[in-house]
Amino acid sequence: MEAVFKALADKSRRELLDQLRKSNGQTLGELCDYLDMTRQAVTKHLALLESANLVVTVWRGREKLHYLNPVPIHEIFMRWIGKFEQQRMQALHNLKQALGENKHEQA
Amino acid sequence: MNKPEQVYTTYIKTTPEKLWAAITNPEFTRQYWGGGANVSDWKKGSKWEHRNDGDTGGEKCCTGGQVLESTPPTRLVLSWAKPEDPEDDSRVSFEIEAIEDMVCLKVVHGNFKEGSDLASKVAWGWPRVLSSLKSFLETGKGINVWAGH
Repeated sequence: MEAVFKALADKSRRELLDQLRKSNGQTLGELCDYLDMTRQAVTKHLALLESANLVVTVWRGREKLHYLNPVPIHEIFMRWIGKFEQQRMQALHNLKQALGENKHEQA
Repeated sequence: MNKPEQVYTTYIKTTPEKLWAAITNPEFTRQYWGGGANVSDWKKGSKWEHRNDGDTGGEKCCTGGQVLESTPPTRLVLSWAKPEDPEDDSRVSFEIEAIEDMVCLKVVHGNFKEGSDLASKVAWGWPRVLSSLKSFLETGKGINVWAGH
């Protein structure tokens, strides 16, 4: 999970992910066209994103295509946001129970 | 060769055999795939179905198709469509590769028909299902894939 945060902590790498989000499955050349970075810099950033499992590659013939992989981000979402949602559900449940009990007392 | 539209990977602390079972055994899928069961004999050419009757949690739904390739425990390729619209099909492959004490699962979903809304639907589902699958194999418990739906 640390690798994911490290990968996301850089603006250029987030731009790369944004490019893949717009159009998934791009080659290194296509990604370089959009970004104001040297080919070497893009290659380095892509390698880091790949090691964090945020980018996945697939070979199509001799072309290496890059895909945005949202699974690690979803795991982060479930670890923290998911927990907050559960607390909210518990709060709602408690509120309903309290209201139900009040009703019972009134009757 | 078509460009695959969606590619997902997740690394799971498990074995290829367990991961294969988690994908193909209805009792296992029910525990992490939103309450739905994957049913088939998983032989090439057979039908397969992801069936959620809605009674084990989650939404009532059904997806299915044909088993196009089946090489346990490393590769499974399925056609994927809603039963009410079998013409609007797509293709999904599961590749399972052992890496030291982990397994890398790569899911590639593509060959969507033009104008189909299947692509956006499965793009919503896959990160959830794969996170839940990882959680199920590593902790014994899936996550609520319908959260926020």
